[in-house]
Amino acid sequence: MLTAIVAFAALAAFFGLLLGYSAIRFHVEGDPVADQVDAVLPQTQCGQCGFPGCRPYADAVARDEAEINKCVPGGEAVVLVLADLLGKDPMPLEAGVEKPKALAVIDEKECIGCTLCLQACPVDAILGAAKQMHTVIADECTGCELCLPPCPVECIHMVPVGEDLGSWKWPFPATAPDAAIHPGAA
Amino acid sequence: MSGVIVSSPYGERPNRVDRLMLQVVLALIPGTAAMVWYFGWGVLINMVLASIFAIGAEAAVLKLRRRPIMPTLRDLSALVTALLLALAVPPTLPWWLTLMGILFAIIVAKQLFGGLGYNPFNPAMAGYVFLLISYPLAMTSWLPPSILADHSLGFMDSLRLILTGAPPEGLSWDAITMATPLDEMRTQLDQNRMIEEIRTSPLWGDFGGRGWEWIGNWFLLGGLFLLWRRVISWHIPVSMLLGLLVIAGLFWAIDPQAHPFPAFHMFSGGAILCAFFIATDPVTACTTRKGQLIFGALIGVLIFVIRTWGGYPDAVAFSVLLMNIAAPTIDQYTQPRVFGHGKDSG
Amino acid sequence: MQQYQISTNPRRLRRFHGGIHLPDEKELSTGQPVAEAPLPRLLTIPLQQHIGAPAKPLVQVGAWVLKGQRIAEPQGYVSAPIHASSSGTVIAIEERPVPHPSGLSATCIVIKTNGLDEWARLPKPLDNYADLDPSIVRERIRWAGIVGLGGAAFPTSVKLNPGSNQPVRTLIVNGAECEPYITCDDMLMRERAGRIVQGVSIVLHLLGARECLIGIEDNKPQAIEAIRLAVAQSDIKESTQVCPIPTLYPSGGEKQLLRVLTGEEVPTNGIPAQIGILCQNVGSVAAVAEAVMEGRPLISRYVTLSGRGIAQPQNLEARIGTPIGELIRAAGGITGDVRKLVLGGPMMGFTLDSEQVPVTKATNCVLALSTEEAPDPAPALPCIRCGKCAEVCPANLLPQQMYWYARSKDLDKVQDYNLFDCIECGCCAQVCPSHIPLVQYYRYAKTESWAREQEKRDAEHARARHEAREARLERMEQERKAKLRKKKEALAKKPAAAKVGAPRDAKAAEDPKKALIEAARKRAAAKKAALSKEGVTPKNTNTLTPAQQRQIDAAEARRQPAEPTATAKED
Repeated sequence: MLTAIVAFAALAAFFGLLLGYSAIRFHVEGDPVADQVDAVLPQTQCGQCGFPGCRPYADAVARDEAEINKCVPGGEAVVLVLADLLGKDPMPLEAGVEKPKALAVIDEKECIGCTLCLQACPVDAILGAAKQMHTVIADECTGCELCLPPCPVECIHMVPVGEDLGSWKWPFPATAPDAAIHPGAA
Repeated sequence: MSGVIVSSPYGERPNRVDRLMLQVVLALIPGTAAMVWYFGWGVLINMVLASIFAIGAEAAVLKLRRRPIMPTLRDLSALVTALLLALAVPPTLPWWLTLMGILFAIIVAKQLFGGLGYNPFNPAMAGYVFLLISYPLAMTSWLPPSILADHSLGFMDSLRLILTGAPPEGLSWDAITMATPLDEMRTQLDQNRMIEEIRTSPLWGDFGGRGWEWIGNWFLLGGLFLLWRRVISWHIPVSMLLGLLVIAGLFWAIDPQAHPFPAFHMFSGGAILCAFFIATDPVTACTTRKGQLIFGALIGVLIFVIRTWGGYPDAVAFSVLLMNIAAPTIDQYTQPRVFGHGKDSG
Repeated sequence: MQQYQISTNPRRLRRFHGGIHLPDEKELSTGQPVAEAPLPRLLTIPLQQHIGAPAKPLVQVGAWVLKGQRIAEPQGYVSAPIHASSSGTVIAIEERPVPHPSGLSATCIVIKTNGLDEWARLPKPLDNYADLDPSIVRERIRWAGIVGLGGAAFPTSVKLNPGSNQPVRTLIVNGAECEPYITCDDMLMRERAGRIVQGVSIVLHLLGARECLIGIEDNKPQAIEAIRLAVAQSDIKESTQVCPIPTLYPSGGEKQLLRVLTGEEVPTNGIPAQIGILCQNVGSVAAVAEAVMEGRPLISRYVTLSGRGIAQPQNLEARIGTPIGELIRAAGGITGDVRKLVLGGPMMGFTLDSEQVPVTKATNCVLALSTEEAPDPAPALPCIRCGKCAEVCPANLLPQQMYWYARSKDLDKVQDYNLFDCIECGCCAQVCPSHIPLVQYYRYAKTESWAREQEKRDAEHARARHEAREARLERMEQERKAKLRKKKEALAKKPAAAKVGAPRDAKAAEDPKKALIEAARKRAAAKKAALSKEGVTPKNTNTLTPAQQRQIDAAEARRQPAEPTATAKED
């Protein structure tokens, strides 16, 4: 009986020391999980997840303070990757359906050159200056919709990006059996 | 764009699951006929009962799972499970034990895992093992082969035995049942008798138990039919039988008096049935060719090991279930070399 | 029966893993010689019929073009030009439906033919190609817009330029045509064997290759005979061997044919040139001969029309840009029961929704399949893990594993099982007892993987811009703070300087800002005085010139009608 207690205590002490040593020796700066989550997010900085940007959301997910299904532009693909990364179950998007990708377009007849949208764009995709015409650089726009609320004359509209031959994807087969039990299947 | 985009190939696809299963059923006919010849109508009654129970059970579970019933029943996989289980159990088995075995096989071992294609364990063997462990006496009460029997059971007698458990008028249970040759061999060897001695008993034929040795041949015929029709490939049957023969031969060569002749192993119990019908169940076996060879060989080895040193006389079911566990790992490590990778390229 | 000398030592052929035997249905469309399809009224020529960048139009709407005239030029190195397939007028350059599984449209040049079919002025034939620098011949091939006619449509001039670090020693000419129903290469070999062999000679010279192997499946005895005869009568008979290969699908795949004929395997993600081999389709080679020996660009090709839904299955020589519907009509039209209209073969083609899509350089076959030939697939059963798919895969992959992971959308794992080595031949789906649409899972996985990689790149780009923006704002903030600090320091220094220098306005000493304003005002007043001396007065609306007034009136007039529409646009 005594030997058992002594043996267990010795083992516990040994492993405790080992763990303590590794915690100090192999300590990693920053939060690698948050970095990994941030690498998966689409970086539109749109705020539709409820956080002011992609990095804050990534930090929250890494701290387990936010669910993984909040990213709207990322869609189902991001939910699945995060589920795999964090060992959680995939869940349907909080927003419901995935919105098709859209780009912001400024109606130039209405624009009054107030620069409010310039300041709102997180990736500086709007070209213009005070009292000068503003225009969205289509290649840089991520569709985050942050420029819509500030515009005083509501001259910005989201135009869905159509598919072209280059971006068309084969659809997931529709005859998948047991579709209901696989959240990832059609 | 109208409608759903469907990809090529567009031609007619001749392979179908139900056609495969039907060919398996056809291949079982010669062996079944032999079993009926030697052991009476009990085998056939069991098969009919098991089939009815299996289809009913599967339909009930599918209803509970809210899945389409007819397409799944039509793939005939439940029927094949039922027939294999019925062939594995003794012809004297009471109907309610057959029912329990089927329920376990279909509901627990197959449907609870997701249905056809998702089960990791062979359902027929899972059902058999469940019965064997729970009711060992009933599961080892075989009939003597007709050439040896003092009292043969007619159709009505078999039916009454299975449905009510009552032996025919004037006969006791012990009078009509008999242990299998494997059982007998094991018991005698445990009593340290020598092979020479054991084989003097009238139970034994040329190389196996009387009657039993011929059943193996008929199942072999069915197995060759399946090979010819390309329903199964040669890898698992050949490797399994070779594995069994080689290790049995090894031990027989070392001590011929303590171990029976290798052919005995091949033609007794469910070895041939296993080689061609049970171990080749595609869902639970390995899929890579190299993997199948390893899978089959290890089943053969395990059958010998459990028969010789394990707790049960026949080891087919346990060996198959143990190798079912290992199948995914074997697959993982026996992947073929992809075209353009490794040797011969660049 | 002419006797000819040719090496009759049969080449030792190898096998590739898998493959399946399919009913080849070739006799349906080989009953008659190839006829020329009637000239259509409209030619719709897509700008992108090849791998690489789309061509750029050289003509405008309304231009009158001649047959063989260049109407679009290549953009970049991997690209090909487009020529007018007949003479006529360009009536539109706009998006039209093109042959693609998606049914989407792409930019096309639409020509209304004038029926005259007049040739443009063509370049001189290069009969002496053997003496010319290979780059001149390659330039001719590029000019002619020749792309791989076996279906891949890769620009031939680029393929025939593998670079000096990858010398090609063996040319393989692909006459296998392994897919059921398709017979256009078969008929081309029967009817234009001389042209093909001429093309082989040109390409051999171009590449500096030592030998040529012409692979033809053994279900085409007439084609084999015709090509053998042509080779025996040519100048390349010593270095060229016609190799009949066993009929097995997909032995016409480039990698598989290479393995059968030479025993070597193209390394994954690589090209045959890396192992000193180059493969060309018989049609491409014949087109090369046309371009070099006749100076003609690629404007037509053999197309097979087959299937039991076509009244008179046959091969037709069709102009690029001909609507498929016209070809079908030329082949007798549709018989009653057509379940599917397929472009390409039944194993690797895709369905068409409309007959209006045009023939492109890559179109080799149009099938009208009856319900019996192409039944609608029933819902797939679960995978029973039988492994038949892996048995038949010519790339020796594990389609079953790829299926499981593609189904759960775990694209990383699908790629671990070498998704991109899949040639999408369809053998796996053809033998699957559960009728699972395996190829569609892999096609989905591939396009989804590419889309995700693109999204990742876009996301990285957006992240970089976002961080740049944050940096910029940070910098501006710092600059503002620095300025403020400097001003405070300047203010602290100022009173000391004021004591040293001459006494100025007392008020100015107390309030430096007011002093600055005072100084600015004095400067402005001085400037005004100087200007008025010269007779220049400040410009304001009180002193408008008549021209300026007219401009303002015109602007006002323009603004008036704009306002009602502006309000109407409110959503």
